[in-house]
Amino acid sequence: MPTKIEKDSISGQLTTGHEWDGIKELNRPLPKWWVYIFVATVIWSGVYFVLYPSIPGISGYFHGLLGYSTRDTVEADVAAVVKQRSVYMDRIAALPYDAIRRDRQLLAVAETAGRIVFADNCQPCHGAGGGGSPGFPALAAGNWLWGGKLADIETSIVFGIRGGHDNARQSAMPRFGVDAMLKPDEIQAVADHVMVLYGKSTVGSPAGAKIFAENCVACHGDAGQGNREVGGPRLASRTHLNADDRATVVGQIANPRMGVMPHWNTRLDQATIKSLTLYVHALGGGE
Amino acid sequence: MSDAAIQYNEDVVKKFVIAAIFWAVVAFLVGVVLAGQLAWPVANLGLPFTNFGRLRPVHTSAAIFAFGGSALFATSFYIVQRTCRARLFGGEALANFIFWGYQFFIVMAALSYVMGFSQGQEYAEPEWHLDLFLTLIWVLYGVVFIGTVLMRKEPHIYVANWFFIAMILTIAVLHLGNNSAMPVSLFTAKSYNVASGVQNAMIQWWYGHNAVGFFLTAGFLGMMYYFIPKASGRPIYSYRISIVHFWSLVFMYIWAGPHHLHYTALPDWTQTLGMAFSIMLWMPSWGGMINGIMTLSGAWDKLRTDAGLRFSVTAVGFYGMSTFEGPVMSIRGVNALSHYTDWGIGHVHSGALGWVAFISFGALYYLVPVLWKRERLYSQKLAAWHFWIATLGIVLYITSMWVAGIMQGLMWRAYDQFGFLQYSFSESVMAVHPYYVIRFTGGVFFLLGSLIMVYNMIQTVRSPTTARPAAEPQTGLPIGTAMAGA
Repeated sequence: MPTKIEKDSISGQLTTGHEWDGIKELNRPLPKWWVYIFVATVIWSGVYFVLYPSIPGISGYFHGLLGYSTRDTVEADVAAVVKQRSVYMDRIAALPYDAIRRDRQLLAVAETAGRIVFADNCQPCHGAGGGGSPGFPALAAGNWLWGGKLADIETSIVFGIRGGHDNARQSAMPRFGVDAMLKPDEIQAVADHVMVLYGKSTVGSPAGAKIFAENCVACHGDAGQGNREVGGPRLASRTHLNADDRATVVGQIANPRMGVMPHWNTRLDQATIKSLTLYVHALGGGE
Repeated sequence: MSDAAIQYNEDVVKKFVIAAIFWAVVAFLVGVVLAGQLAWPVANLGLPFTNFGRLRPVHTSAAIFAFGGSALFATSFYIVQRTCRARLFGGEALANFIFWGYQFFIVMAALSYVMGFSQGQEYAEPEWHLDLFLTLIWVLYGVVFIGTVLMRKEPHIYVANWFFIAMILTIAVLHLGNNSAMPVSLFTAKSYNVASGVQNAMIQWWYGHNAVGFFLTAGFLGMMYYFIPKASGRPIYSYRISIVHFWSLVFMYIWAGPHHLHYTALPDWTQTLGMAFSIMLWMPSWGGMINGIMTLSGAWDKLRTDAGLRFSVTAVGFYGMSTFEGPVMSIRGVNALSHYTDWGIGHVHSGALGWVAFISFGALYYLVPVLWKRERLYSQKLAAWHFWIATLGIVLYITSMWVAGIMQGLMWRAYDQFGFLQYSFSESVMAVHPYYVIRFTGGVFFLLGSLIMVYNMIQTVRSPTTARPAAEPQTGLPIGTAMAGA
């Protein structure tokens, strides 16, 4: 097709003379501002390449005239925050709990630190404010498995529960159903008795009470009051580790679920664990 | 010069147009479900195959590859025939095989996601056997497209076709690179990528960023370069811009991927590379915007009467906004705030909804009356409703995600006077909830708009056939053109 250059009467520009399916093109020069900004970004990039880490070599790379490094940046940021924290955290690490609690400012810092550490690390299982969720203890309720004194809480945080640490708190409930320690009707009878302990039923089971006395009291107590030495949950309570319906109780007797808590001594420093302990203690259940 | 002798293959174009409209609704619907799940987790329904993690790739693949891909196939096959004055190379059967093969791939990929299969490469989730099948389809697509270009009766190759060829070649390389994996066995839908660690991450984002660059940018620029001059009846604003921005765009884009990996194990020099090329990409990207919008000079009044053209031009506006926002977000210091937040989601959707979907809607509103030989669209008024509802949806979506994202970024980096984090992660989740509800609302608007389009298209096709299609190429000169020297 012959080239046919035309003039566009609206813009005054000439076309290139090509045409595709009725589409033509104006042979308009590049806008100046476009060229200038484009050139400016190229120059800027050249300068940036000189100043910052840029060109790779065989065994390393050009680090740039400014000596910038993202690794150095993050290390400096972390160091600055650690230094800022240390003003109070060094004292929290050094002082016993009693002394921290007497110093109102120090206590406020500890609970501020404890709040955020709890929210980022503990809340997924224990719920906001320690409200708990099925299978995960409600820390604000006061129904402690392993004790609610500051030292008890600290030990649970430091070593964890069934979490693999040598000093972790250990306990195991037998699988009365799966291991055929009790017959199905016996499990039903014990469950009837447990529902009485829960305060959710008045129809007890003499047979269930007898089986309970023979098999359960060592950990759960003769009146279902629990045993913190072995982490045996208190059954005579309104709050429970698991759901409080009868089917869940039967399931826990037959094939119990037992939770795991990690040991935090390798993840949090001592002052942070103490702050967290004070925070958890103050949630409402502390003793 | 007469086209009368050439019988273009419009059958495959029609099929892809129908597929594009269908997948658009699917993609938007799944997107709305996902937005609902993020605002109200109960919407996951507790079932494995309705879980967010499995539906998310269904949404992204449906939007990018099913809707976007079908729209690209439809428009590229239409455009290459018209601008080359040549029938599609390879014949009916091959074109149909590409259509059905591509649709088969989409359905199988979606099924594999909900069944829990994924190779864990973002936007390239299908396992190796599906990747191999897609490779075959894509190579055949390249053969048909480039074959048609080689058979052309025009002396020159039109700019739209440059962009489509760039897309076809680069996507082939990207697809092969990112999906280089060793299957566990011949009969297992499980494979391991040849690269691991940070090399895998780098290849992933070399792929991911250039899928945006060459599929969602270059391909749709090809669409723009045809439908805006056709619908406006004006010549392209500047041939020189189209040359310079094409070559600079394709050269710059391929380097920009590392900006997705700022402050990671990726070496600092590589991060610098990605950032610098992203900055330099700003003007090459804007070259397309200038040519798209300024082509209307002399025909601005058509925006009042042609809702399809309004979609196309608004799309170019969103394109300009996204391609400015992108380089800004690639700056290391800005990225420190924006990365991992919903700002990224907002950025992606201003491109996906504002640019990709709108430019496709513009093309579809043009194509359906032409392909089915109807005098006009059933209702310009309904198309205008679609435009405004969808635009409102986009505005709700991107503004809520900007606010949510910047808030998240600021909350995550806030320290109190003792040196502790001010906010927990869960507090930042609670804080964005209202914005997630707004985003959901925006998505519902966008979906409603697309349903209006479906109705409009069906009614257009059902309206009586006309002997002479209205939107056929103009016979005279474009508006305002006169012979030079006349």
